[in-house]
Amino acid sequence: MTSWLHRLGPLAGLALVALLFTVLRPGQFATPGNLEIMLLQTAVVATAALGMTLVIASGGIDLSVGAQIALATVTLASLLARGWSPAAALLATVAGGLACGGLIGGLVTGLRLPPFIVTLGMWGGLRGLAKGLAGETMVVAPTTWLNDLLTALPPERRWLLMPAGVWLTILLAVAVAVLLQMTRLGRHILAIGSSEPTARLCGVAVERTKLVVYALAGALAAVAGVLQYAYLTVGDPTTALGMELDVIAAVVIGGASLAGGRGSVAGTLVGALIMTAVANGCTKLDLPNWVQEIVTGVIIVAAVALDRFRRVDD
Amino acid sequence: MRGVCKAFGATAALAGVDLRVAPGEVLAVVGENGAGKSTLMKVLAGVVRPDAGEMLLDGRPYAPRSPRDARAAGVAMIHQELALAPHLTIADNILLGMEPTRAGFLRRAASRAAAREALRQLGRDDIPPEAVVAGLSIADRQVVEIARAVAVGCRVLVLDEPTSSLTAADVRHLETLVKRLRGLGHAIVFISHVLEEVRAFADRVTVLRDGATVGGGDLATLADATIVEWMVGRPVTELYPRSPRTPGAAVLELSGVAGRRLPESASLVLRRGEVLGIAGLVGAGRTELLRAVFGLDPVRRGTVRVAATSGTATPTRRWAQGVGMVSEDRKREGLAVELSIADNLTLSRLAGLGPAGLVLPGRQAAAARRWIEPLQIKCRDVSQPIAALSGGNQQKVAVARLLHHDVDVLLLDEPTRGIDVGAKARIYALIDELAARGRAILLVSSHVPELLGVCDRVAVMCRGRLGPARLVGEIDEHTLMQEAIARG
Repeated sequence: MTSWLHRLGPLAGLALVALLFTVLRPGQFATPGNLEIMLLQTAVVATAALGMTLVIASGGIDLSVGAQIALATVTLASLLARGWSPAAALLATVAGGLACGGLIGGLVTGLRLPPFIVTLGMWGGLRGLAKGLAGETMVVAPTTWLNDLLTALPPERRWLLMPAGVWLTILLAVAVAVLLQMTRLGRHILAIGSSEPTARLCGVAVERTKLVVYALAGALAAVAGVLQYAYLTVGDPTTALGMELDVIAAVVIGGASLAGGRGSVAGTLVGALIMTAVANGCTKLDLPNWVQEIVTGVIIVAAVALDRFRRVDD
Repeated sequence: MRGVCKAFGATAALAGVDLRVAPGEVLAVVGENGAGKSTLMKVLAGVVRPDAGEMLLDGRPYAPRSPRDARAAGVAMIHQELALAPHLTIADNILLGMEPTRAGFLRRAASRAAAREALRQLGRDDIPPEAVVAGLSIADRQVVEIARAVAVGCRVLVLDEPTSSLTAADVRHLETLVKRLRGLGHAIVFISHVLEEVRAFADRVTVLRDGATVGGGDLATLADATIVEWMVGRPVTELYPRSPRTPGAAVLELSGVAGRRLPESASLVLRRGEVLGIAGLVGAGRTELLRAVFGLDPVRRGTVRVAATSGTATPTRRWAQGVGMVSEDRKREGLAVELSIADNLTLSRLAGLGPAGLVLPGRQAAAARRWIEPLQIKCRDVSQPIAALSGGNQQKVAVARLLHHDVDVLLLDEPTRGIDVGAKARIYALIDELAARGRAILLVSSHVPELLGVCDRVAVMCRGRLGPARLVGEIDEHTLMQEAIARG
């Protein structure tokens, strides 16, 4: 009963936002074409937010997601430019993300540092690394099928319903949802986030689990980077600046607790969609950018406040 | 000051509570968890407003709308979880919210003097007002909190289970303090589970059950059995049942175990089918011993052998060896309070709840549900978060985890602290059943009657050294306490 409420809360918010814009801009917001555009716009943040959901559920935080995404676009573009096959470049990029995440996890568990501090350092460090690798400029790469991941479908491939990149996000979301809700690792992640001493008492390998969480989050951030590359068609070391906050906002709007122990993949996806819908709808209403930003800010605070009210009622 | 009277009749959580306390009197309020004590406290403190009934303070209507209101009217709560700012000084804490100022600037000397005066009234001028709270023991922090109430001019003090985290010596100091406050003409409401303490502290008792007053009177004229019967609502049979037990092979052997700081030296042999108790004061190193045995803290010296294997241990390894532990710190370590009953109960052993690393929610819930009935855990469903349960039921979940894991050796650290009589009786019965079925139990407790009632043998720990274990028939409460305090 309560879990139903928690799941429906953000969804009701999304429905409300969608309804509002549909009524205010009939024939412009809720069209197949615009829906596809919104999915394309959501894919990058949503994919990174999957990893962030795991991190936040375990009681951690990752401020370096934006830098990890930028680093991934640069890595991917550089490898493609050197003549790597798209598949090999993609795998290497994801492996690089896994390593970055592993490094963060290693610092958090090995040095017993707060994740906020470690990833604040990475926020600068990885961004710098991306700029260094890219020679402080855009990295241009030959066009491959990777560029089609996030482009609107041409008529002959309408049968796919959605671009491949969106499907990739959905597949990963299902995988992470199953991981979090229905595996031993997932139960351990939530237990650590809820109470680390309890997890330790119960024999959970706390350090190893955290390491896995950050590594997985790094890999997912790299996949988000691949999608970002597909969107930009170049490797850009300055891209996704500040995106970590969008990613965290999506997770939090989705009902996760920044204190850990609570997080839902479905909620996170809805959270990411709410933010896209607001941005897109505001554009359709010809509202200036600053209004969008204020509205987004209000929604973040309101979503968490509402969540708290519902919890107090329980 | 005229007689302080209150009468309630709120619905639901409180269904007609009457109580009266006069100046210069200590009234004990007792009842099982869920009897309505905490709601009653909230009403008194102005956190919750009653739906019906009336409260009078000095003969005038008393209807506080907030804890601030209540304080202003002269009613102060001293909660179980102390509300002090650890980084501030004692004086700052005592005068928090009513700091003496001149033209907006703090008058430090005046606030120190006021704090000193409040502490002097309590007979504790040994506590320096300029020291930082973080360096104080729990017992002294409690004194500071009481001093704060006195400094504000409160005449009605409500102490909510004030002894739950104190050592025996500190409990005696608190007793002196409460008697002193009584002598100064304060009215004191003392909430507790422990009958011995109620008798030591209070003049009269009021018993709550299911949100209503079910009995009360002068403690001098009431028998323990009567009070317990009021609390539980039925005659209590045997609190400490004892089935025939046959000690078997040794499953846990400690020789000369020393921890990081405590214990200094502990040796014992625990056999199947026996309950071995460890008595001693808080701080003697009993908890540290269990933690070292369980691999939560390092073993500096000596060996721990579980079922004939030794070597360094982690909790993961101990669980795999069939050793389980119940933590003394239920809320922080024992249980993840936001997670569900099912998650908490099955956390140490999620294997077997689905194929290949999967945990199927249905199987997890079913596994947890098996223990609800035998342990009489009162809950709506196993999906409820732990936080929604009463302390006794929470503790039953913590113990049920060991049953779900089907361990051979149970390390229980203060398993009945702060829980009601009904839950205690259930846990005692469970310990007896487990011992009769050949499980080995190592029980740390500060409650000597409990140790003598439940255990086969008891050893005393004093300043990090564990004495020899002796049969319960050969020792009594008095000698146990003597050894716990005296032996050096």
